[in-house]
Amino acid sequence: MHIDIDKDVCIGAGQCALAAPGVFTQDDDGYSTLLPGREDGAGDANVREAARACPVSAITVRDSTG
Amino acid sequence: MTELTDTTGPAAPAGPVAFPQDRTCPYHPPTGYDPLRDGRPLSRVTLYDGREVWAVTAHTTARALLADPRLSTERRRPGFPVPTPRFEAARNRRVALLGLDDPEHHRQRRMLIPSFTVKRAAALRPWIQRIVDGLLDTMIAQGPPAELVSAFALPVPSMVICGLLGVPYADHEFFEEQSRRLLRGPTGADTVAARERLEEYLGGLIDAKAKEAEPGDGILDELVHQRLRTGELDRTDAVSLAIILLVAGHETTANMISLGTYTLLQHPDRLAELRADPSLLPAAVEELMRMLSIAEGLQRVALEDIEIAGTTIRAGDGVLFSTSVINRDTSVYDDPDALDFHRPDRHHIAFGFGIHQCLGQNLARAELEIALGSLFTRLPGLRPAVPAEEIPFKPGDTIQGMLELPVTW
Repeated sequence: MHIDIDKDVCIGAGQCALAAPGVFTQDDDGYSTLLPGREDGAGDANVREAARACPVSAITVRDSTG
Repeated sequence: MTELTDTTGPAAPAGPVAFPQDRTCPYHPPTGYDPLRDGRPLSRVTLYDGREVWAVTAHTTARALLADPRLSTERRRPGFPVPTPRFEAARNRRVALLGLDDPEHHRQRRMLIPSFTVKRAAALRPWIQRIVDGLLDTMIAQGPPAELVSAFALPVPSMVICGLLGVPYADHEFFEEQSRRLLRGPTGADTVAARERLEEYLGGLIDAKAKEAEPGDGILDELVHQRLRTGELDRTDAVSLAIILLVAGHETTANMISLGTYTLLQHPDRLAELRADPSLLPAAVEELMRMLSIAEGLQRVALEDIEIAGTTIRAGDGVLFSTSVINRDTSVYDDPDALDFHRPDRHHIAFGFGIHQCLGQNLARAELEIALGSLFTRLPGLRPAVPAEEIPFKPGDTIQGMLELPVTW
């Protein structure tokens, strides 16, 4: 799984960190970021939920192929 | 219910519905909104002055439009919908943050988001718990009975936001009263006077903070010393931000605590379920947020023509979002009028959606979980002290909540 976060769009609402706390957190500026070692989503089913919860569609999730 | 994608046109057979209306039951949308719940994504509604505007009522359409930069939240733009006469005078004001579009909005929001993250809210929990415990100790020592709004629902968020901002809680009677007049009037003159008094008070506080050699640790101290002094923020915007943070920080949460308590007391089976399994508390708070939708009628104006759901919103059209109806869209929520702690998602729009989604939502969740959880744990026999139908709640043109909540235990 490939996760992209557009930090220019992110408003720091924290919905991703709430929906998938095993993958997303907020950096010191409050913006969404991926937890170290979890950049591939770590098989967490809540990642898509986090993307859908984002109020500004800053998170894009793609299935990795191969 | 008809299909969400119905595109037969905006006009309801019986003519536009008046908006806003008073709720019939404090936790349900007004029965007068029933025509808005027929599955059409948008309807025409009539404001107090006879003007017709759009009311968005479907969940998918609301999410799309609240995230659409072609809708503006700037009150000064022609056509901006004013839902109640007392806000007419505010039309020409620059309101910080929630009254600004991007990029200016983003510039201001960026200054504040580190103070309102999920992590920060979690770190504040022990402190919030102490505030809640202290208020409950006092209430229990003095009662029963008690009036829950003044003894608990209002002081919890008021103390929290004072501590966070660096506003002296000793002044709470003053700013709570001004907030009440700012949001509820009743007259336009009350609203204007309340804003002026808050500007004077918070302006004075900001000036005093600017003179301090060693800044305090409140959010206002941070704004003054890191943003105002550097010229990144001017004094007018700093004062406007302070008013928004102070007013939004206590009024909304106070209403959720009082109305949330009332709603749980009116749903004894759900309350028993919650008591038996406290791990349901976060889900219960989300469900109460959805069901109560206390911030009703979010306002925008279209900057361009927008084609959506088979309808054209014209440039200059006013657009209102009926959160109480959107959060009961049957295409998203089964049995939407039921209080159900087992719904699969948290995609209600009670905190709004798009760039203006509530800045303080993570703090609000922490406060609500701690306040409601502790209240029902400490007072297992909590119940209304008078018949439920005698308990007064707020009129439809304001943030929804209880005016008073007499309880005993």
